Amino acid sequence: MAKQINIKKGLNISLQGEAVRETVVASVASLYAVTPTDFHGLTPKVVVREGDAVQAGTPLVIDKYLPEINFVSPVSGTVKSVVRGEKRKLLNVIVEADGKNTFVEFPVRDPKNMSADEVKESLLQSGLWPFIKRRPYDVIAHPAHAPKAIYIKGFDTAPLAPDYAFCLKGMGKEIQTAVDAIGKLTSGKVYLSVPAKDAAKELLDVNGVELCTVSGPHPAGNLGVIINHTDPINKGETVWCVNALDLVFIGRFFLTGKVDFTAPVAVTGPMVITPAYYRCKRGICLSALFEGNVYKEQPLRYINGNALTGTQVQKDGFLDFYSSQVTVLHEGTNVDELLGWVMPRFNMFSTSRTYFLSGLLRKLNPAKKYDADTRILGGERALIMSGEYDKVFPMDIYPERLLRACLVKDLEEMEALGIYEVVPEDFALCEYVCTSKIEVQKAIRESLDLLKSENGDE
Amino acid sequence: MKPAFEPGGKLSKLRSVFEGFESFLYVPNATSKSGTHIHDSIDSKRTMFWVILAVIPAMLFGMFNTGYQHYLVTTAVMPGFWQIFFWGVLAVLPYIIVSYATGLIIEFAVAQMKGEEIHEGFLVSGILIPLIVPIGVPLWMVCIATAFAVIFAKEIFGGTGFNILNVALTTRVFLFFAYPTKMSGDQTWISLRDYFSYGTAQPAIDGFTGATPLGQAASQLGTDGALQLTNALGQPLTWWDAFLGLIPGSIGETSTLFILLGGLFLLATGVASWKIVVSTFAGGAIMTLILNAFAGGDAYLSLPFWWQWCLGGFAFGAFFMATDPVTAARTEKGKWIYGLLVGMIAIFFRVCNPAYPEGMMLAILLMNIFAKLIDYCVVQSNIKMRAKRAANVVNASK
Repeated sequence: MAKQINIKKGLNISLQGEAVRETVVASVASLYAVTPTDFHGLTPKVVVREGDAVQAGTPLVIDKYLPEINFVSPVSGTVKSVVRGEKRKLLNVIVEADGKNTFVEFPVRDPKNMSADEVKESLLQSGLWPFIKRRPYDVIAHPAHAPKAIYIKGFDTAPLAPDYAFCLKGMGKEIQTAVDAIGKLTSGKVYLSVPAKDAAKELLDVNGVELCTVSGPHPAGNLGVIINHTDPINKGETVWCVNALDLVFIGRFFLTGKVDFTAPVAVTGPMVITPAYYRCKRGICLSALFEGNVYKEQPLRYINGNALTGTQVQKDGFLDFYSSQVTVLHEGTNVDELLGWVMPRFNMFSTSRTYFLSGLLRKLNPAKKYDADTRILGGERALIMSGEYDKVFPMDIYPERLLRACLVKDLEEMEALGIYEVVPEDFALCEYVCTSKIEVQKAIRESLDLLKSENGDE
Repeated sequence: MKPAFEPGGKLSKLRSVFEGFESFLYVPNATSKSGTHIHDSIDSKRTMFWVILAVIPAMLFGMFNTGYQHYLVTTAVMPGFWQIFFWGVLAVLPYIIVSYATGLIIEFAVAQMKGEEIHEGFLVSGILIPLIVPIGVPLWMVCIATAFAVIFAKEIFGGTGFNILNVALTTRVFLFFAYPTKMSGDQTWISLRDYFSYGTAQPAIDGFTGATPLGQAASQLGTDGALQLTNALGQPLTWWDAFLGLIPGSIGETSTLFILLGGLFLLATGVASWKIVVSTFAGGAIMTLILNAFAGGDAYLSLPFWWQWCLGGFAFGAFFMATDPVTAARTEKGKWIYGLLVGMIAIFFRVCNPAYPEGMMLAILLMNIFAKLIDYCVVQSNIKMRAKRAANVVNASK
């Protein structure tokens, strides 16, 4: 029995550079890395030395406070360097691939016949555990917790997001196996979100989940919206979240005994010459995807993830552990726009009706795609306009009130207004439309961190 | 040129002024450092500028009407359109200049003191202030009142976005209570001056009445029969006169037609909340109908609501003052309640308190103060819902 969720509030931002759904180019690089900053709140501890030989699946880093959580090498080779930044902060553990592609062999087991503890143990050992994230706080799940439900993200509505139906083609067996495994971890329900149109067939066929069919604009694909519409999180409760694209790795692990992070990655954005899907491993050095594939006349911004919630990365950085998408925009630092704030700006996307000519053109040509740069396009101000956030925030929460509570660090008010139900990505559109250019996601993130430490949550 | 304005440079004391003008001319190319990598192309400059655009029709008409009222009482033969308008420009422009100069100097100084960018908020207040004062108010009073409002209604609260009271209305309320003789009565609404030999300082007729229709109405409260409203020459006014705005009143508030032109533009572009405007007019109508019901034969109490809408500052307040997002209610439900109460209280004050012929200003300021309370109540229902849900979970687990 599928649950129908109809989202009205939200916004689809149509950018140029959608990955073409036909080609999957295999990509390899000589360098791969585990990047501890991909995992928010992690205190990493390196467990290998430079020069050590590793296989795909060998732990490189562990969580200092929960040492059972492993972060493993995506490839076989030798540890090339352990890169540290200011205050010896661990930035990357880089592995030079040997091209042999050997794997640590784990036992092949059917999760249906495993206990919850055995599944946990397998996922922790194999370095697949970090794919399970936890709400509240948006951090890696704590193995000792009992989540009241698990949510699987079965589609993505963010700008230029990868098409799950395309990425998951032929992966039905892997998905089902992973769902069997994940299902062991909760006594509650496992929810799977799918779009009302063009859902991945592999997801619709999965057994053991409660399907949530969602229609509407972005953020319809965000799990926060689904949770809010199905079983909102109360204080003290925990919900785990997994991305269906990552389930493939988990399923593959139980089916083959190998940790293989190979999956299609959408290389997108207006500054990419041929936006397409590249088949590669998580942790790959991004120059393999970008070299010769970006317009170089202008300063560029490379993003792990999408333009709303992704993180900025150097051109020779590494693919995010959670990312099935990279986006390239032009930075915009070299743009001098004379009196831009009063111009009609036909080629820039805006939700504001003050750009009525531009809006009219969009009505006439709904398929129009926009270029975008990373300029903030205005100075930061106190909150002036009201009701802007409400239009893009399809949850039973007052986003502006919650943001104000976060900005002044009023913990009680945050709890009363539903901070446990949100993660920074839920506020991405609010930040996008904000006339006052407030760093909304940052404020939410800092508040969640503060609450986590105040609550003494591990 | 820029280095001289950087901290330590020769002109660093003018840094925020320089930055203000630079960001006015060129879109700043600062890029996002956290969160979303792309941003909507709307910003506060554009938003504020759109309000100014929307006020312009009322302002131009205000200039014309100032001239029209002047010539109505000073000459027997009305001069041509352009002469009337030009006289109005000469009369009104100094108010705009004084208001902007006073406010912006304070804003620039505060921005420099705090090391912040100049905020655009006063660009709107600066054009609204001259439009809501009578033409008879001396410029130095406008200057003092503007300075008072900018400092005590806005800057001490933290600047644009933090003020509780509408800045333009605070200016007006300061004038109203500090210099009441210049803000009401018969003498202040029509200017008898000459500018560079334009116009005449002598009225052509004796004993003209310069009272606004609302002033006349207030004096007829308690009398039976139909309300007698006249223009300065004593000729009766029709509803169309009030709607078009050829009546005495504060500079920009008289013409409902031109306010409507700009106001609908503001609503169409989404800058002002249509909910507040609609509910304010509705609130005004409801209160008027209530008063009508109790009117008996009273001349003023039985005035219909379409008259009330077009008199005084009701329309101007509804479109340009009540909709100030910072001081209005910010929740969507709250906006309905807020607007409704603004409209009702305005008419109530107007009709039932003869000491204050116009109630719009006080109604909006009063509701500015209560807006936060309205929001609080609206949000409480959400908070209670969440608390109840959490309590159910706790109970279920017991």
